[in-house]
Amino acid sequence: MIRQRLNACLLVAPLVVFLGLFFIWPLWAMLVTSVQGGTVRETFPQTAIALADWDGAGEPPAAAGDAIVADLRLEVPTERFGDSVRTLNSQYPGFRTLLPRTARAVREAPAGEKVDLAGIDPRWTDRALWLVMKRAMPAYTDANLLAALDLRRDDAGAIAAVPPEMAVNRATMTRTFVISAQVTLLCIAIGLPFAMITASLTGWKRNLLLVAVLLPLWTSLLVRTASWMILLQDNGLINQALLGLGIIDRPLALIYNRAGVLIAMTHVLLPFMVLPIYASLLAIPKNLLPAAAALGARPWQSFLHVLLPLAMPGLLAGSLLVFMVALGYYITPALTGGAGDQMISSVIAFYAIGTANWGMAGALGLFLLIPTTALYLVYGRLSKPAGAA
Amino acid sequence: MAAPRRAAVRPKADRMQSFIHFESVSKNFGAAKVVDELDFHVGKEEFVSLLGPSGSGKTTLLMMLAGFERPSSGAIHLDGRRIEHLPPYKREMGVVFQNYALFPHMTIAENVAFPLKMRGVGAAERESRTLKALELVQLAHLRERKPSQLSGGQQQRIALSRALVYEPKVVLMDEPLSALDKQLREHMQLEIRELHRKLGLTVIFVTHDQSEALTMSDRIAVLNHGKIEQFDTPTGLYDRPRTRFVAEFIGETNLLPGTVESSRDGEKTIRMADGTGLTCRDASDFSPGASVMVSVRPEMMHVAGAAGENRIEATLDDCVYHGDHVRLHMHRGDIRLVAKAHRRDAQAAMGGAVGVSFRSDECTLVAP
Ligand SMILES: Nc1ncnc2c1ncn2[C@@H]1O[C@H](COP(=O)(O)OP(=O)(O)OP(=O)(O)O)[C@@H](O)[C@H]1O
Ligand SMILES: [Mg+2]
Repeated sequence: MIRQRLNACLLVAPLVVFLGLFFIWPLWAMLVTSVQGGTVRETFPQTAIALADWDGAGEPPAAAGDAIVADLRLEVPTERFGDSVRTLNSQYPGFRTLLPRTARAVREAPAGEKVDLAGIDPRWTDRALWLVMKRAMPAYTDANLLAALDLRRDDAGAIAAVPPEMAVNRATMTRTFVISAQVTLLCIAIGLPFAMITASLTGWKRNLLLVAVLLPLWTSLLVRTASWMILLQDNGLINQALLGLGIIDRPLALIYNRAGVLIAMTHVLLPFMVLPIYASLLAIPKNLLPAAAALGARPWQSFLHVLLPLAMPGLLAGSLLVFMVALGYYITPALTGGAGDQMISSVIAFYAIGTANWGMAGALGLFLLIPTTALYLVYGRLSKPAGAA
Repeated sequence: MAAPRRAAVRPKADRMQSFIHFESVSKNFGAAKVVDELDFHVGKEEFVSLLGPSGSGKTTLLMMLAGFERPSSGAIHLDGRRIEHLPPYKREMGVVFQNYALFPHMTIAENVAFPLKMRGVGAAERESRTLKALELVQLAHLRERKPSQLSGGQQQRIALSRALVYEPKVVLMDEPLSALDKQLREHMQLEIRELHRKLGLTVIFVTHDQSEALTMSDRIAVLNHGKIEQFDTPTGLYDRPRTRFVAEFIGETNLLPGTVESSRDGEKTIRMADGTGLTCRDASDFSPGASVMVSVRPEMMHVAGAAGENRIEATLDDCVYHGDHVRLHMHRGDIRLVAKAHRRDAQAAMGGAVGVSFRSDECTLVAP
């Protein structure tokens, strides 16, 4: 008995380790990053340690000066360095000139030699400057979480909205949900009839339709998106065909706008809608629809009262799946959308890759993770067999 | 068999005006002719069974009546109106499917109310009629349950109640009892008969169980290869089978081959190959010279006394005890014979000769 259990545990152990290493731990790390002290702390890690024990009342510890020299000797991305300078400067005007000058001096000094900070600039002896520095690198902060929601703490420490010209995250987040919902509805509109037709056919016709759904899944996402870019251009196949047929006299704007995003994403996500619906349709006993007809139900009544309710679990599962996957989409909207069609993942990528602001990326990721997790729990409920519920 | 009880119901079939009429209806699936030039009438309030071996076209026939299959040729009339072009939902027939086909996502009450809802019956009336239909099958107390929470027999009754709730002119049932165990099946047979009588329904009932057909029906259509072999009352089928197929399919029979020697006033003399002469008085019209088979039911074969005009000698092979009777297995040349007898009549020794007799009006002639 115990031996068997042990064996079972050993069998799943690789999976658990894999999940822990590549799923749970990154998630956790992302969450932690999002509440950690921010860019200034990252740029000056040793200074942060040196200032950690200082109560801010007396003189700053002597080690702090050496720490900041060591930190300035490190190679940091220019973007992050600039961010830090901006943050500090907003609290203590003067950092903008002070830090670059100090950094230059430190780097010019021979390695290993002690550098006299006060000699470089007398402002380094100002206690207020060190206090600003310490305040700018707290161990934990809600700054990123607030910023992700277009909020910040004002000088008094109260939560306030950021100036409207900087408030873009909420709009992007809303847009992400709107686009995902639109894509889900489009997938239902196309996927439900498609699944019904597929389920009603037999033999090679059914297989053909199933392959037509599955084939895109076996093709690279990038290839599919690129194909749409070619098809939807002003002189792409679709516009040329419509122009050639004389249906339109000016090319339709099908790409680099919302239409392009919806077309490409719907196509990419359609299998996730069709397959669950198809499976739930196959599970419907064959004689129910004839029975409904024999009992007096017109075709649309059979559909409404018998087919649709029985296909509903598949429809809901498919909708949640599509919606959840769509929330995280980033390449397809980036390639087929315009400036006003970018989704939250693009913003996350911008912070993570473009500015190395992992705290901000983590905070935005957290706000994407919360609804996704909630929907996943709903999905888990729905996909349970009816009897178990 | 069920003859005495049926005798009281019989006149209904006699005063039959044609209610359902199949007029030279054929159905082909590709090259296969599944229903072949069928012509028959069913009277109002009649209980008709379609009986036949598997693949004989029973379901196809029923599906044409219900509207799920179109006849390849011919016409179907219901109450004087041609219906073969109507879709199922316009035919106003109650259909009970073999596997009940209850809607799993609806409660029992919703299932039964379904046909009323489809017809736009108002909520209040719907409820009262649903309750009435459920009371008809004595299951009103289960109305809040889901079909999966019911036993097979209960589901069967709900399917029946759902087919009856909108008071259809015709109720079609495709082997509705085949999934039930023997006891429940017999109980349901009686219940369906009862409802048929009480509500004055016209019922077309498909079965491949001959005893079910015999106990339930006013008349039975015996189907074979898409053709009706005989369409008759249960007693008619049993006592006067017109074809060898019917004689063998309904009950059990002994077949004695021979040639018609003479025929006068319905009385025929048949000469068997070994010279034995038999007389037979029935409705068949074989002319002299025709080769025929004399069909005799095992219980009409007497092994004691001289009960009939026809006597043949046979050799006893086995005597099998069945409680209330014994079955004597005999042979005469290469003809196998079975007789059902009372125990006291079965005194012959194994391997010994037995004299068997039967009356000339208790046998029928069928084509070989
Ligand atoms: N849709 C169809 N396509 C082709 N052949 C069919 C179709 N439906 C029925 N058949 C054939 O028609 C014949 C009669 O079928 P049917 O279902 O009417 O038989 P049945 O008498 O109901 O038999 P059972 O007692 O087995 O139900 C069978 O040989 C069957 O294979
Ligand atoms: Mg059948």
